[in-house]
Order: sequence, then structure tokens, then C-alpha cells
Amino acid sequence: MSSPAPGAPETLRNAIPYPFCPGCGHGSVLDRLNEALVRLGRAPERTVIVSDIGCSGLSDQYFTTSAFHGLHGRSVTYATGVKLADPSLEVIVVMGDGGTGIGGTHLLNAARRNVGITVVVMNNLNFGMTGGQHSTTTPEGAVTATTPGGNLEHPLDICATVGVNGAAYAYRGTQFDPELAERLVEAIETPGFALLDVWELCTAHYVKANRLSRRGMEELMEELNLRPGVLFRRDVAEYATAYRRAHGTDAPPPPPAAIPVEFAARLDRPRAIVVAGSAGGRVRSAARLVGEAAIRSGLWAVQRDDYPVTVQTGYSLAELVLSPSPQALLPVPAPDVLVVLSTDGLRRAGPMLASMTAEGTVVTVPGLAELATDARVVVLDPGRVAKGELALTLLAATVARLDLLPIDALRAAAAAGPFSGANLAAVAAGAVIGAVGT
Amino acid sequence: MREFLDGNAAVVRGALAAGCTFFAGYPITPASGILMAMMRELPARGGVAIQGEDEIASIGMCIGAAMTGARAMTATSGPGISLYSENIGLAIMGEVPLVIVDVQRLGPATGGATTVGQGDVQFVRWGTSGGYPIIALAPSSVLECYTVTARAFELAERFRSPVFVLTDKELAMTLTTVEAAALEPIEVPPRHLAATGAPYRFEPASEVAPMHAYGAGDPVRFTGSTHDVAARITKDPAAIDALNRHLEAKIADHLDELVIADADLQPGAGTLVVSYGVTAGAAREAVARARAAGRAASGLVVQSLWPVPEAALREAMAGVDRVVVPELNLGQYRLEIERLAGPRQVVGVNRVDGELIGVERIMEAMR
Repeated sequence: MSSPAPGAPETLRNAIPYPFCPGCGHGSVLDRLNEALVRLGRAPERTVIVSDIGCSGLSDQYFTTSAFHGLHGRSVTYATGVKLADPSLEVIVVMGDGGTGIGGTHLLNAARRNVGITVVVMNNLNFGMTGGQHSTTTPEGAVTATTPGGNLEHPLDICATVGVNGAAYAYRGTQFDPELAERLVEAIETPGFALLDVWELCTAHYVKANRLSRRGMEELMEELNLRPGVLFRRDVAEYATAYRRAHGTDAPPPPPAAIPVEFAARLDRPRAIVVAGSAGGRVRSAARLVGEAAIRSGLWAVQRDDYPVTVQTGYSLAELVLSPSPQALLPVPAPDVLVVLSTDGLRRAGPMLASMTAEGTVVTVPGLAELATDARVVVLDPGRVAKGELALTLLAATVARLDLLPIDALRAAAAAGPFSGANLAAVAAGAVIGAVGT
Repeated sequence: MREFLDGNAAVVRGALAAGCTFFAGYPITPASGILMAMMRELPARGGVAIQGEDEIASIGMCIGAAMTGARAMTATSGPGISLYSENIGLAIMGEVPLVIVDVQRLGPATGGATTVGQGDVQFVRWGTSGGYPIIALAPSSVLECYTVTARAFELAERFRSPVFVLTDKELAMTLTTVEAAALEPIEVPPRHLAATGAPYRFEPASEVAPMHAYGAGDPVRFTGSTHDVAARITKDPAAIDALNRHLEAKIADHLDELVIADADLQPGAGTLVVSYGVTAGAAREAVARARAAGRAASGLVVQSLWPVPEAALREAMAGVDRVVVPELNLGQYRLEIERLAGPRQVVGVNRVDGELIGVERIMEAMR
């Protein structure tokens, strides 16, 4: 056991007397916590006692340390935030069995992550402050204010719950354990997540209804097969420290490359281009390249995508609005140009076909069903082309055919982005197809 | 030079420009882009980004981190804001600077995960118990997602308060063209910290005391319970009154500092269009088209939704007899306009089918 640092305070208790009921275990457990912190020489300003709600939630007020008294069951989340942001702080959570129940998910996830906090559960088997209602640790058969006929629920094994999920340290005992201070020191010194399930007498409620004593608590543990002692001890890395070690050498991702305006488009009014294909067909990335090419051509592009929540199946649709002047996000009533790549896309874009007028153009591939539309239909044959290249090939062909923007701008956009080889080939193929289509 | 950027990316850029060092969030469409980008960006810059086990843990971690001096942000959508509720109250009570991004989707409940809505406008205002003021900003373009997020950090620090940034699915996930030069560097001053003395000050009520961070001086107490200036729990009516009036006055007495609005007023206009968020795009266009057709019209885009910029609204309404309020809900912000409008006719243009409001619909309501 470490000895106190020179100059460390002799107590971290302040002069305020505890307010707990006669016979309640909270005061003696807090005295043991004070003993442990003093033995470890912890500085009050660098120690944060995070308290939960209920009688245990009063705890932080009797210490000279830093304190965080938050919301019911959430103490572990605040403690995690403190520890993650500043791993050099000593963070102790004091909570009751009530907080354990309502904040159960936080407890087991902190254990799983092994955030370096110490959790002291003042487990008095019921809700004391609110009038003796049953909690998640109330034994079966126990009479409480909300189980007048005896509790029907199985009590939570707190130590096993955090233990099987990776906690570095878990201990169970009672307020009377003569070695409680030692156990607290061990827990605080544990680098990862440490929990102490300390059973106490609630003299205001539980003891009155169930005649529990020191001896009775020990017998109850045996009866419930919830054995006392240090039940889990593992040598694991503390999360906040491991996080910094894992990311210490990361370089920030490069900022997105700004797009130069180096071409000029002839477009004199906004045009909406919708490309409708199949998921997995790189529809959206092809549309994005056309958007970037438009920006290279001095146009203002807006791209909105539409796809199902699943991937690689169903439709994928991208809507591009290209405009000679800055544009806001507006709904597009009917596209000026609709590029239909597959039956998936056709199914999704069907209603748009009907809304298009003779001014509009539909570009599609051979073999799709008859398109019911007033728009001019242009069928372009891409020949044998990989699924992933079809969208860009047809979009390049559409750009060339309708002179939406200089094809060289699309080449430049393709050359600047990822997969430039395949994308440049698709643009080249599209330019040829666009020039010769029917 | 230009960029092809969506609103989620712009929020992240704004947060990083403002010096954000801590992020915690839980995956939810349409806000996940912010979480994923923060996971890539923050650790490499010496900060921390973590995916919480749920939304409650995520905002809880942010509050804990902020108490060590971190500049913290979280992002979610309506269902997540529902789970943030009690911790929003805690951040108000403990006077914790925190930026909360709400990428709105169509509600209620799971609603439309990939569907646009503006249904959280009154929800963020009244989303926690007690009814105390909050600050909520709503960018109306992708570029404003950058500038307004940075401004949110500034206001969070200035007022020691949670500040909402309300975007929506369309702003968040639509790529738009932005002038690269407009994403200019932003300087948010360092947190005003104090190392000794009481961590709170309630008098004069409108003043905000410097924050005390854990480990940076005297021990620091924090509590979500009614407390005195030392953060000791109190039942003394005078101390309680001082705390609660302070929480109100520190924001309510500084409305001038909180106003962000674009007024585009035309003398002689009979109609004013008041809009915010993504809907402002169509509203601006409707005003421009009305003028092009020879009809005088005024527009006001409100970026600082809460507190309501009453002076700016009153000024914009002077002289008009009709106010048109387009919203992707059934008239939530219209309620605020109506209480300021006097005899003027207030007309809503509302859509809750997951589609954006078109320019024509607003023009029809303008007469």
C-alpha cells in the first residue's frame, strides 16, 4: 500500500457532520473512503467525488474535494467525461442501489471500457430517501413499501454484472468489513474500472420491515450465493490513457481540397439532373463528380441523395441542380434531365417521368421497359460496362450530349479524386457514347 | 476556390474552428455524419471523441468533460433530444458551456429518419423542466452551419449555458457549393476561468461568473440541486430566488448580444416573410421573385430562434399588415410571431409531409 505524499492533508472530510439516520451505514463507509484517500495522499482539488441521487447523493458535501452531484443513475457518465477529458484527476463515484438500477447500462459500459473510475455502491437493498421502495438489489421475499407481499424479483448481482463485462476490480462486502479501507485503496489504485458493492443497513426502512443485522447481512449473502470478497481482479489498460496512446500519433485527416474555377459552362439557367440507378452502382459518387465538375466550370451545384437504409440493394438516386448563380436548397418539382440506369432506378424515378414535359430529356440504356413520359427519350448504349462504371459513363455521355458543362471539367474532377484511373476511363467512354447516341 | 460541402461537415468545421476539444454522441440519422467526422478529427488534434452507450451517456460525458475545461459538443436528432432532456436541465442549472446540435428529422417518435422536418423548434425551447431560458441558433444555409456553430461555442462560453444549433436533414446531408474564402478562420476567446473563490455568482443577476475547472485551482463543487454560490445545496428562499433569477437574467438581460437575423426590408412592403433554417432558402427566393414581379416585399431570416429576437421582429413588422411564416411543422414559431404581431394578419405556410416548401407556396401566401 502506498504511503501518503508529504504535505498531503490529514483528512478530506470537512467540519460538517453527516446527516444520516442513526445506524445507517453511509457515514462509516464515507469515513473509510476518507481514510483511503488520505492514505493515498490524494489532493482535494484533483479528486472529484461524483455523487448520484438518494441518501448516498448527499455524500460529496462532507468532503473538501471537488464534487459533482448530478442526476439519478447518470453519475458514471459524468465521471467518465471527467476522466476522459483529464485522466490525471482521481474520480470516485458514490451511488446507491437505486442509481445502480436506473443507470445500469452506464455501469456495465464503463466496466466494459475500463474507464479508470472507482464506483462505491452504498447498497442498502432499498430506496431510503423516497420511503423504502424496492430496488434492483432487494432480495426475493423482502417486504418493502412497494412489495408489501414480499418481493417477487430476483436481486441484481452487481459484481458479476461488471465483472463478466471486463471490470478490472470488483469487491463485495458490508459496511462492517474491517478491511474496507484497504479494499478502497486497492480499488482506487486499480488503473481500470473498479467497483465496490458495499452492503449497508437502512435503519429507516429495510431493517424495520425485514429485521436485518450485521450477521443477517452475511447470512443473506450466503443464502443468495452473492459471496463477499474481491471477486474480480484483472490487469487491464485504463481507457482514457489507452485512448491517448492509441491516437497519439494520428494525423488529422487532410482538409478537403478546394475546387478551382478553371472552366466556363454555357448553362444560362438552373438545370435539375436526376440520376436513378441501383445501390452499389456508385450513382452518388458519379453525381458528385459531375457536381464538382460544374463547380470547376463556375456553376453552383447542389446535390441531394436518396437511398434506402440498407446498402448494396435497391435503388440509389442523386439529384443535382446546377445553376449559373448561387442557389438555395429548394424542392425540385420535375427534373430537366433524368438519367435512368436500371429497373431499381426506374421504379423510384417513375413518378418523375410522368411529371416531365417535352422540354425535358430522359437518358437511358437499351433494354429498360417502355418509359411513359412526354420528355424526349435518348437511349445510349454503353456496351459492356462494369456496374460501378455505368453511372459515370452515362452521366458523362449526358453532359457531352446536352452540353451541360465542358467535358474537360469532368475529366479534371475525375483526375483530382479517388479512383481516378477508372473514373477517367468512364468519362472518356461516356464522351464518345454521348457524341454518337441515337 | 470553392468547396462542395454538406451541413454536417460544415458544423464539424465550425466546431473545430471554434476550438472544440470534446465530443460524445450516439449514432442517429441524420446526425451520424457529425459523430463520424469528430471521431476522425478530434483525437488527432489532442481532443477526445467517444460514442456513448446511449444519448443520455453522451450528453452526460460532455457535461463532465466541460467541467474540466473542455469545449464540448454533442449532436443528435429529435429522438436523441428527448433523451437529453434531463441533462439539458443539469447543464442549465450547473451553468455548463455546451453545444448541442439537433439535426431535425420528421417526428414524432422515430418519425422519418431520412425525412426533413422543423418540429423541434418549441421542443428545444421547453425541453426540460423548470422553464428557464436557453439559446438556440438555426443556420439557414450550409455556410451558416459553419459560422453559426462557431458562434454557438462563443455564446456557450459567454453565457455558461447550453446552446442549441438546429439544422435539419436537408441542410445536414445536401452538398452545396460554398466559397472557400467564406470558411474563414474564427477566433473564439479562451474560456473565462477563475482558480479561487466561489464557483458561482448570482448577483448582480445578469452577470455571468467565470467558470472554475476541476484541477485548475481550488476544489470545485457542482450540483444539479438548488444551490448557493459555493454550489452547496440550499433551502434558503433568498438564495434559491437569487439562483433562479440569475439563470433567467443572465440571458434575458443580454438579448442584444444574442440576435442574429438577416433583415431584407423594402419600404412600402405590405408583406413580411419570416423564416428560419432550410425554409429560408425558398423564403428569400419568394421575396426576390415578388420584387421582380413589381410587388414590394420584405423578408426576415431569423438565425437566433431563442431567445426570440423581438426587437428585430417588431422593426421588420413595422408598416406591414401581413406576415407569412413558412415552416416544416404546423406553426410552431408562428406562435411567437403572433404574440408580437398585434392586428397584423399572420399566415402560416406549413408542410409536414417530408418535402421542402416550394417558392410558389410562399408567394401564394404573400398575396
